[in-house]
Amino acid sequence: MPKLTIDGKEIEVEAGTNLIEAARRLGIEVPHYCYHPGLSIAGQCRLCMVDIEKTPRPSIACNTQAADGMVVHTDTERVRDTRRSIMEFHLINHPLDCPVCDQAGECWLQIYYMKHGLYDPRMTDEKVHKPKAVPLGPHVMLDAERCILCSRCVRFCDEITGTGELGIFHRGDHSEIGLFPGRDLVNNYSGNVVDICPVGALTDRDFRFQVRVWYLDAARSICTGCARGCNIDVHVNRRRPHHAEGKRVARLKPRFNADVNAWWLCDVGRYHYDFVDAPTRLTAPVRRNNAGTAEIAWDEAVSGVAEALRRYSPDQVGVLASPRMANEDLLALRRVLEARAMRQVAYDVPPPALAEGDDFLLRSDRAPNRRGAELIGLGGDTGGLMASARAGRLKCLWVFHHDLLASGWPAADVRQALDRVETLIFTGTNANAISERAQWVLPAAAWVEREGTFTNFEGRVQRFRSAVEPLGQALPEWDLLGRIVAALGGTPAGGRAELWFRELVRTVPAFAGLSYQAIGDHGQLIPGATSAGAPTPPGRRVKVHG
Amino acid sequence: MAEIVLMRNFGRQDSHTLAGYRATGGYTAWEKAKGMEPAAITEEVKKSNLRGLGGAGFPTGMKWSFVPKTHTGPVYLVINADEGEPGTFKDRYLLERDPHALIEGMLITARAIRSAKGFVYIRGEYVQPWRIFSGAVKDAYDAGLLGNGFDIVVHRGAGAYICGEETGLLSSLEGKKGWPKIKPPFPAIKGAFGEPTVVNNVETIACVPPIINRGAEWFAGLGTKTQGGTRMYSVSGRVTKPGVYEDSCAVTLRQLIHDHAGGVSHTGKLKAVVPGGGSAAILTADEIDVAMDVDGLKAKGSMIGSAGVVVMDESVSIPEALLVLARFYAHESCGQCTPCRESTGWIYKMVHRIVDGHGRKDDLDTILDVAKRGGGTTICAFYDGAIGPYISYIEKFRGEFEALCRS
Repeated sequence: MPKLTIDGKEIEVEAGTNLIEAARRLGIEVPHYCYHPGLSIAGQCRLCMVDIEKTPRPSIACNTQAADGMVVHTDTERVRDTRRSIMEFHLINHPLDCPVCDQAGECWLQIYYMKHGLYDPRMTDEKVHKPKAVPLGPHVMLDAERCILCSRCVRFCDEITGTGELGIFHRGDHSEIGLFPGRDLVNNYSGNVVDICPVGALTDRDFRFQVRVWYLDAARSICTGCARGCNIDVHVNRRRPHHAEGKRVARLKPRFNADVNAWWLCDVGRYHYDFVDAPTRLTAPVRRNNAGTAEIAWDEAVSGVAEALRRYSPDQVGVLASPRMANEDLLALRRVLEARAMRQVAYDVPPPALAEGDDFLLRSDRAPNRRGAELIGLGGDTGGLMASARAGRLKCLWVFHHDLLASGWPAADVRQALDRVETLIFTGTNANAISERAQWVLPAAAWVEREGTFTNFEGRVQRFRSAVEPLGQALPEWDLLGRIVAALGGTPAGGRAELWFRELVRTVPAFAGLSYQAIGDHGQLIPGATSAGAPTPPGRRVKVHG
Repeated sequence: MAEIVLMRNFGRQDSHTLAGYRATGGYTAWEKAKGMEPAAITEEVKKSNLRGLGGAGFPTGMKWSFVPKTHTGPVYLVINADEGEPGTFKDRYLLERDPHALIEGMLITARAIRSAKGFVYIRGEYVQPWRIFSGAVKDAYDAGLLGNGFDIVVHRGAGAYICGEETGLLSSLEGKKGWPKIKPPFPAIKGAFGEPTVVNNVETIACVPPIINRGAEWFAGLGTKTQGGTRMYSVSGRVTKPGVYEDSCAVTLRQLIHDHAGGVSHTGKLKAVVPGGGSAAILTADEIDVAMDVDGLKAKGSMIGSAGVVVMDESVSIPEALLVLARFYAHESCGQCTPCRESTGWIYKMVHRIVDGHGRKDDLDTILDVAKRGGGTTICAFYDGAIGPYISYIEKFRGEFEALCRS
């Protein structure tokens, strides 16, 4: 392994490591635009120049591999001067429309100008004009004047999705990003080009003009769009609640995890958060009876539900858990079941149409925690459970999240079952046809409003963290279920998600040895599980010369 | 005047035909080379001091020797016939008047680098050269010279100057946008279609048969100590007899203008000369006693480049001449890397403004500063070529520019 010196510090790196990555390991940032660790080397922006001893002029760090004995300087006067020049070149035709640009605040032209530019502008001629506000597809808007032609988006569509919608057209300072004729940017990963665009050229149509990025807070989380569990950051706007029509979740951004999603996130997952701030959110416990529908306090709801569970013999109660629930919630539910020795539980409700996975990150299983529900032992015969309900053998049915009337089951069958049940309990985040007719509605906090863990399809347990407060009276499911455990005479694991997780580790062998600390930000595999790592991007599976 | 080597057949009516070529000893070098070891051919070319005649002047034999000896896949020979350097039109003559010299040179080169396939990338605008060369290729196939272990594919460019840059040419040949590739890897290691590739200029390869026939020492003796042979100079502009002239690499610029091209026309008074194509730094009237080889012009701060000599007499406006080139570079910059993409356009706007009478004196310093800052920071040599004229025209003729500027 080559050992080199960067700014006086020695470091040993794997052969093939370039100087940007080698410097990064020492905490030294070499500014760059076109280089992205997930894409091929383009060497176009020319910003990552560093001085290498015995080399006559500055070299680009992205295309220079670390070599044994190499002595690199990233902060010589010559390097600083070169960076200033390159920054000026990047900016002479840039519209400098930061006040109306969504990228402002997270724009690498702004950041690097302040760090490495700070020259007095000399450009007094008319700038080159190019197309603005061009929709490239359902999610992405192009402003070609802001573009610095780093080609990251083009390389992404060539090398990651392999779909090749984008190209750079024309020549010289009239070069511009664009779609090939007859194409639209409609692949399931289109949102990623916005993430990797270092400037305001590609913006998210979903996020444009909604909220300034400096009002956003971020929390580390896990995507709930499918069973892969891509690592994300949830960006929320708590500081300007009057912006974006009051929506708190502003956007989801992928967070790097080499073993799961690398740098990427699919559009299905990226835009799967509207329900969090939707008007259909359930915000208070509800009791519905002959006297009408009333919002009630949690104490009343908890004792009411506990009483209902006690009223029936265990074989008269059926529970439809959900693979959308966190591991902690599922354990709390198991404790509820155990408190009454109830056995009729299942979580597999057929979707109305079988979802399809794609050839990269998206799994056909659109629930984030089916593996967890299975490991915690809540699997059962859903069809049999529904048949019992239809046959009148079930008096009480507790549904978590599912809208059974919008499932793969015939609606008539579901209605027949619901009609024959005396007590219908619903727990979920949003109203649906089941919550509308349930006697008891227990509002659950959405995943971004609480802590917890999901177990992905490979058996990787990953933490998600709270980004905002739960809406209204909504509670994390482990909390509301814990209260019911207490009302049934049991002892809940505790008042924090982590305490439920500790109990999970202690009592369910599949999770033995895990802890929140060990899971950290990159997740931990359950004992015996193996991970294939993040899949090879489709664009890389066919070897292209080049 | 030196012996005529490259243009030896140009006087014959049938010089472009196989029969005509054979009648003057054509393909005898190939016969001889077939009996030589590949390494011996390369060694001979190395000893001949042949240097690339397309612009960069890189020693040809050395370039060939960079192809990995252990490589088992294909090796490609690519001929750069995308002659686009302003003021250069010599390859056109070779393609039209002695196409078999190139084919024979390619056969010998291919043997030296163990290549079974060659590509000839011809500038899109060169319709007649393409027709004639393609006819010669067909005749060579019919005669069994090609198709027996070596094939030639003739490929037409589409008119972009950057496709004459060797790796831009390779990208274009591969069917991509003609963007130069970042180096390393160099083409000899990973070139066309990812395989080791030697890219040589037409004229360079046309020198190979005479070297094999008559020996490296003879060839080396025709030139200077560091560059062997003769070469073809394209002389244009304000001269009495513009045209292509062959002479030794040791000929001086004064000899070329006065002895070959008949002296300065129009006012008859020389103002400036571009010695090596548009990208070469300009020389003033008193700088023309210079040997036209790689090192001679380098010492004068210019370059021999493609040996395109553009002569300007006293009536030529240097700012207007720079405007023509600035427009050319702004138009032809491929746009791939930032300094070139942005500053060629910016400098063109400034020069344009100056020529239009709206310039300011500090514009001149801005142009010089921008050009110097961008130099050496780009992927390919295009921008380093562009700054040759930007800087030299202004530094050597600053008074003419200042006269156009407002104070």
